[in-house]
Amino acid sequence: MTKSQVTFKVNGQQHKSGAFPMARLLDVLREELGLTGTKEGCGEGECGACTVILDGQIVNSCLVPVGQVDGSAITTIEGIADDDQLHAVQQAFIEHGGAQCGICTPGMVLATVDLLERNPAPTEADIRTALAGNLCRCTGYMKIFESVTKAVANK
Amino acid sequence: MSNPIGKSFPRKEGRKKVTGRALYVDDLTFPQMLHGATVRSPSPRGKITGITFGGDIPWDEFTIVTAKDIPGVNYVALILNDQPYLADGFVNHAEEPVLLLAHRDKYLLEEARRNVRIEIEEQPAIFSLEESLAGREIIWGDDNVFKKYLVDKGNVDDVWATADFIVEGEYETGAQEQLYIENNGAIAIANPGNGVTVWGSMQCPYYVHKALVQLFELPAEKIRIIQTETGGGFGGKEEYPSLIAGHAALLAWKSGKPVKLVYDRAEDMVATTKRHPSRTRHKTAVSKDGKLLAMEIDFVIDGGAYCTLSPVVLSRGTIHAGGPYVCPNIRIHSRAVATNVPPHGAFRGFGAPQSIFALERHMDKVARVVGLAPDEFRRRNFIHEGETTATSQVIRERVDMSGLLDRALQLSDYHAKRERFARENSQNGHGSSGVKRGIGFATFMHGAGFTGSGEVYLQSVVSAEATADGKVQILAASTEIGQGTNTIFSQIAAEALGLDFDAIEIVQPDTAHVPNSGPTVASRTSMVVGKLVESAVTALKQTLIGSGLLSDQYTSGDFRAACRQYIARFGPLKTSATYQPPPNVHWDDEKYQGDAYGAYAWAVYVAAVSYDELTYEARVEDFVAVQEVGRVLNPVLAAGQIEGGVAQAIGFTLFENVVWKDGRMANNQMTNYIIPTPVDIPPIRVYFEENPYAYGPGGAKGIGELPMDGAAPAILNALEDATNIHFTRIPLMPEMLMERYDEEPSHV
Amino acid sequence: MRAYVPSYQLTTPRSLHEALTILASEPGVWKPFAGGTDLMVLLEAGKLTHRNYVNIRNLDELRGIDANDNHITFGALTTYTDIQSDSLLRREFPMLCQAASETGGLAIQNRGTLGGNIVNASPAADSPPALLAYDAEVELVSIHGSRWLPYQGFHTGYKQMLIRPDELLTRIRLPRNTNNRTHYYRKVGTRKAQAISKVCFAAIGRTNNGHIEDARVVVGSVAPIVVRCLQTESALRGQKPDSATVESAQASLLREISPIDDVRSTASYRLRVTLNLLSDFIANLKS
Repeated sequence: MTKSQVTFKVNGQQHKSGAFPMARLLDVLREELGLTGTKEGCGEGECGACTVILDGQIVNSCLVPVGQVDGSAITTIEGIADDDQLHAVQQAFIEHGGAQCGICTPGMVLATVDLLERNPAPTEADIRTALAGNLCRCTGYMKIFESVTKAVANK
Repeated sequence: MSNPIGKSFPRKEGRKKVTGRALYVDDLTFPQMLHGATVRSPSPRGKITGITFGGDIPWDEFTIVTAKDIPGVNYVALILNDQPYLADGFVNHAEEPVLLLAHRDKYLLEEARRNVRIEIEEQPAIFSLEESLAGREIIWGDDNVFKKYLVDKGNVDDVWATADFIVEGEYETGAQEQLYIENNGAIAIANPGNGVTVWGSMQCPYYVHKALVQLFELPAEKIRIIQTETGGGFGGKEEYPSLIAGHAALLAWKSGKPVKLVYDRAEDMVATTKRHPSRTRHKTAVSKDGKLLAMEIDFVIDGGAYCTLSPVVLSRGTIHAGGPYVCPNIRIHSRAVATNVPPHGAFRGFGAPQSIFALERHMDKVARVVGLAPDEFRRRNFIHEGETTATSQVIRERVDMSGLLDRALQLSDYHAKRERFARENSQNGHGSSGVKRGIGFATFMHGAGFTGSGEVYLQSVVSAEATADGKVQILAASTEIGQGTNTIFSQIAAEALGLDFDAIEIVQPDTAHVPNSGPTVASRTSMVVGKLVESAVTALKQTLIGSGLLSDQYTSGDFRAACRQYIARFGPLKTSATYQPPPNVHWDDEKYQGDAYGAYAWAVYVAAVSYDELTYEARVEDFVAVQEVGRVLNPVLAAGQIEGGVAQAIGFTLFENVVWKDGRMANNQMTNYIIPTPVDIPPIRVYFEENPYAYGPGGAKGIGELPMDGAAPAILNALEDATNIHFTRIPLMPEMLMERYDEEPSHV
Repeated sequence: MRAYVPSYQLTTPRSLHEALTILASEPGVWKPFAGGTDLMVLLEAGKLTHRNYVNIRNLDELRGIDANDNHITFGALTTYTDIQSDSLLRREFPMLCQAASETGGLAIQNRGTLGGNIVNASPAADSPPALLAYDAEVELVSIHGSRWLPYQGFHTGYKQMLIRPDELLTRIRLPRNTNNRTHYYRKVGTRKAQAISKVCFAAIGRTNNGHIEDARVVVGSVAPIVVRCLQTESALRGQKPDSATVESAQASLLREISPIDDVRSTASYRLRVTLNLLSDFIANLKS
């Protein structure tokens, strides 16, 4: 079958993909671009480990066929820190125990960055709702909520 | 100089985790790498009569491995040699590995896997521990029993006739999936010349090492196991990685190329281990003033098709079955039995959550029969310093369960809530709002480290090595799996050396470079291995002082200079420490009596719940966890352990139901096996009492498994408070709650 | 990923006309692909049997929310996130907004579309019960023309619906007749987010001088299709909201649903909860 010719931006860099059009964006990011910070947890949009920001909205990259991202702009976890300067959300996750095993962390960080873009002063209920699609099995979520709250305070 | 212990240092590897730079096994690739897949049994039990390769598949491009290709012994080395790497003529559970495939094209590999057909001549299979105990079909050994224990203290038989009350109960727990968010995976490079190297997600590199030595019949130095960043384990990566690493290595051995074998979620859930389902029967004699006189406990766990770790899971469950109480006469009879389901395995708590669930539900029942409040009844029976546990272990440390209970009840506002909920529940009948509330608690303990003489047999070793620029590297096989090993070891070493946290480096666990510090299990990493870290770096400091290059009082600059000079003059500066048991620890493996654990953590957990009479859904609304874990090494990490464990336990209690169909998990998707999301977890309020343990590093005891133990009975005790229904089984799904609701009209 | 990805086609037309032309060129060969939140799950599991898809996600003709005095109309590509952020919808059609907020997590809500939710035809879908209770109509367009159909009756059996292979569902509209009514929506899925419903109950109605009028009752996950319970509605019509009415309405409801046991729940649970929610709806009707 024919491969696609889609062009999109990832973390500001233009990329041309020759993957099959129904290949998952997740696989293209990880295998074609080597951006392995985007993780696969479930492959069915349940866990949020593969979260990326696509044209200003978070999506599960396991549910997006690369054939649909022609002309799009994507931000992955690798595009969140400004060189060596961590984003306030990343710094808060380190300091307040928001990351344990780290496998859900890229998705959690991206969902939080997206939340704070839309809502700079979220309540705890807002935080819980915004992260409801990102599952963590280590933390019991308390330290994640605290990290988000602290990131807001430190911004 | 700084005192790092007791401070919340940020996670050592935190920066790479929040930036996406931490490398997990699936993030690695090698030139020429093939992808591997496992073809599994479609049936729960029977003879393999044929394997056919169909479809329009270029089979000659595939590496295909069967049992015949195994160079060494076709068993996963663990406790017994009974689980094959690849079924050889016979299968004992659905999804048992039969054949392995590898190809460089991942997509084609899946197409090929679909086109392998395994024909099975089915034999009768059994799927529950009741069927296994009934023994009408014998599927393992002579009697389907992997292991049994008898703990016998005093003589229970003398008590029944004269006791004021005898209370009986039966309790059950279900299977639970660990559901680490990173699936199992391994990459292998293997050939007869260089031997076998495996990178993988795992808790216990030396378990994998031992297993591969036997699988390939190679000398130990020809097997090298490297732990990659590991995305959660919870026991699920204790024994299973030995299997998947072996599979990857067999494919690599045959193909001559690197092979990556990473499960997807569906395969990980359907094929890998779960928590052992259990059934516990209690018969308890109690006096009218509420003193425990005799406890007879029958504890059975379902081990699945092969022995794997069931004997040790059973052991921990057995020893914890009597709880933090004093009773002069206790008999605990326990068995691990075989069924035709995938082997059940290690999962945080390791048998203790099962037996503690039963005990703490039963204690509420006994209190009710005796006519005492649940807190008062427990107070009359708590164990104290100098008294003995079920295994006749004399508690030699200060323990104040009543104090923990006071604090937990106060922090949770238990008494006021209990009264208020009762009032509101009676006002709010079977009406439109239909929400009832309740509050309950559990009191429990958890032993840290290997059971009995386990630590002595392990003989764990940790090394420390100084670099010329004054850094100290810690070499241990204990893995960072999210719980904080890297950070805790750094704090312990920095404290012992009087250096900065950043002066300590943790070496990646790699069996070619690190000594065997034992498996990363059993809440032993901080307490047992941490102590070895402390000893190893102390030896290193003493070596420098002994060499005359460092004085007793030194700055980090002095230390750096001394290291540089020492290495220049004498060569590498490396010291090691080997496990030494604390004094006066004795354990009798035959009688199952003695000092089961060097130390226990003690805890009281309180849950407030609501229950919706329209939908039969229960929710935890508030949770208070009070515990004494010795000295807290890192408050943020420690609280994170408790919160995470409680959340898993809430899932265990109210959400996580493995649906079995003919011995196979039918809901093997995260859509249908539901774990708590960020909106399902109540505030978890964590409090520590600190009582330093003399033989732990900086006074620490174990912590990791403890939080898994108490939440389930606390939640069900609270639900009984809300509904007057004596629930005895978890998971308590709304469907099951509804059935019980119909059976017992007392709540109306 | 269990599918053989090279065997799938995803073609991206530049206009609605071009999309319709492809659908009509080989009827049944091409199917529309929108947000992908259902289809990609099947693909991942190796269970997506159809192979050729038309990517309609970029078609601006299928976006937007418009209102006139009688109707609110939205394009088939309206996402769950779009729905929740529309103030008119929040005011007049709160059940639809609630359904959207309880579908998956935010990443799913950003991607999943209302049109997709309808034509995926899952009996457990979250928004169809609300749409049915609001008397929705759907627009089907082909290269040969367009037609509006009542959503009620659109689904004819499990995964069966009144749409031709050359047609695309392009718009959905709701009559603006929901003022001063009780809007009662309950998704029952054990956990609070990311759940697939065991029962999804949507109802609307009010009382007038103590008598029930204009009650519409819809239940999902209890039959091969989402069920508009017309007999139950007639059992309620003109009655007082008392226990006798509850009983007769429950008796009607029992005849209209046929829940089953599956990996997610049991028939008896679904049945009982549905009856309980009906009773609760009646108790909550406002005048």
